[in-house]
Amino acid sequence: MQKTYTYPQFEYHQSAEQREGRVARHPVVVIGAGPIGLTAALECAHRGLPVVILDDNNTVSIGSRAVCYAKRPLEVWDRLGLGEGFVERGVSWKVGRVFHREEQVYQFDLLPEPHHKMPAMINLQQYYLEEAMVAACGRSELVDLRWKHKLLAISQADDVATLTVETPDGVFQMEADWVIACDGANSDTRRMVDGQFTGQFFQDRFLIADVVMQAEFPTERWFWFDPPFHRGAVRPDGFRMPTSVLLHKQADNVWRIDFQLGWDSDPEEEKKPEKVIPRIQAMLGPNAQFELEWVSVYQFACRRVDNLRYGRVIFAGDAAHQVSPFGARGANTGVQDIDNLIWKLKLVLDGQAPPALVDSYHEERAFAADDNLLNSTRSTDFITPKSAASLRMRDAVLELARSEPFARPLVNSGRLSTPTPYVNSSLNTADAEDFAGKMRPGTNCADAPVLTNGQPGWFLNALNAQHTPGQAGDFILLVWGDGPAEPIRVGGVTARVLRVGRDLQDSAGVLTQRYDARPGTVYLIRPDQHVAARWRRFDAEQATAALRRCLAL
Amino acid sequence: MPLNRQPNLTDPDGFYEELINAQRGLSDEQAQLMNAKLILVLANHIGDRAVLREALAVARPLGVDAAG
Repeated sequence: MQKTYTYPQFEYHQSAEQREGRVARHPVVVIGAGPIGLTAALECAHRGLPVVILDDNNTVSIGSRAVCYAKRPLEVWDRLGLGEGFVERGVSWKVGRVFHREEQVYQFDLLPEPHHKMPAMINLQQYYLEEAMVAACGRSELVDLRWKHKLLAISQADDVATLTVETPDGVFQMEADWVIACDGANSDTRRMVDGQFTGQFFQDRFLIADVVMQAEFPTERWFWFDPPFHRGAVRPDGFRMPTSVLLHKQADNVWRIDFQLGWDSDPEEEKKPEKVIPRIQAMLGPNAQFELEWVSVYQFACRRVDNLRYGRVIFAGDAAHQVSPFGARGANTGVQDIDNLIWKLKLVLDGQAPPALVDSYHEERAFAADDNLLNSTRSTDFITPKSAASLRMRDAVLELARSEPFARPLVNSGRLSTPTPYVNSSLNTADAEDFAGKMRPGTNCADAPVLTNGQPGWFLNALNAQHTPGQAGDFILLVWGDGPAEPIRVGGVTARVLRVGRDLQDSAGVLTQRYDARPGTVYLIRPDQHVAARWRRFDAEQATAALRRCLAL
Repeated sequence: MPLNRQPNLTDPDGFYEELINAQRGLSDEQAQLMNAKLILVLANHIGDRAVLREALAVARPLGVDAAG
């Protein structure tokens, strides 16, 4: 059916360990070569960790699936050398329109904050993303990507997980210090360790279709509440089921259309082209020319695994938390799981931090998952009201929003996914001095334009340039001005000094403003580019204590 | 400032008449939609979440448990 994309078939190879019948021990094994698993493998390689990644299939995501990628994941991929390519390949959009029945309620401009390298959001088909990451895995000597490897069972001892894996050549066993389960919402790995995955199920079904068209639609996000071309059925009690439709552009003139269906709709029936095409024709008008690329029906849940770590098995992405699709929180939050996890694993594997550092992964990312779940559930409740009273309240908001600016912030057709700062993390050292702005401990570092060696560049890239290949990553002491400051060490871990005014120039003044810095101000920055601590002047003892704390020592 | 639970309308009978008249000629469904809009307009005007939370609690039907 696909017209614009040919699915690659990746080759299966028998591993040496299976051929030779020996049980090999690997520091990290990743389960699932989706966007999160592939990011995990590349991030491991970036930090010097050899990694095996297993996938039971041999191609990329079927259908576009995840579509929107937000600034923070793009920044993580930029660290891995892939961000710029994704932005170039993807579609950027800024304007959104909201409709209610026949009328436009309002339009908005995202007005992304200027002075960031990465845009607020791009749209790109998941298969393009995965294909680029598979190629990057192929270029890395540290990534061993194995197709047609299906995990059958896991057993765990104190410090090792034993995996039973099936390939076309039969069944074999491998050992891993750590297993990262990125095998999606229906994670088999989670079932194997009896992980508790609980939350709220939603009855609503959604039909998603990718169509190719040379459309006159602008590159905007259009969202309809109860559109005239797709009215909901009336229940026996007189309640008309609310519906919604989303239209979004991806690369290659592929448009994503998302129809909310009734609770009682039959997914197999709804997926048939003879059922889908008239729906789309009604929406686009009788003259629209389009071809159907891919169709899927899904139902969703908002739930999280109770602990992101079960012994030596760590969950990331949808395997750890499943959210509604409103607000593009699935893949985006999964990439941030990996951002958080890998430097910690590397330090623990190197014996430079205690296993407690890995537990801070659950602490920080479960907190972020719960924040995402909250946002996602709020959007769902607005988009799919469950009672006549809440539908009426929703319609009241939409009617008012046409003329009343105050009502527009109440319209929730999905909120832009932004990172959740780890404000309560045990790795943070609390501020003891006054700071304004957003960069409080636990927050991901905001980007800013800087000059390095006289060349215009970006702050986050300058941080990346400090990375020592093969290391977990370096902690950075970012210091403004030329006051006293020196590198600090805790065991084998160093925090190096990066000076604003010497190593990089804050040419536009944006960096200083975003970090509310003055001459002497010091930030301790983690390997995942999050703020650990900050002071108005350097004090070696305080900085060392903050570094120890950030290593869970 | 806490929710004002004492009389605050100078002409209570006049206001009540105005409120009822404002919904004259509306179907039940239209009147209910108008009520919902009115709640939103007034809530935005008040703005204070603590006051609104008190108001939500006061408005809950008698004999029904408080919202969870």
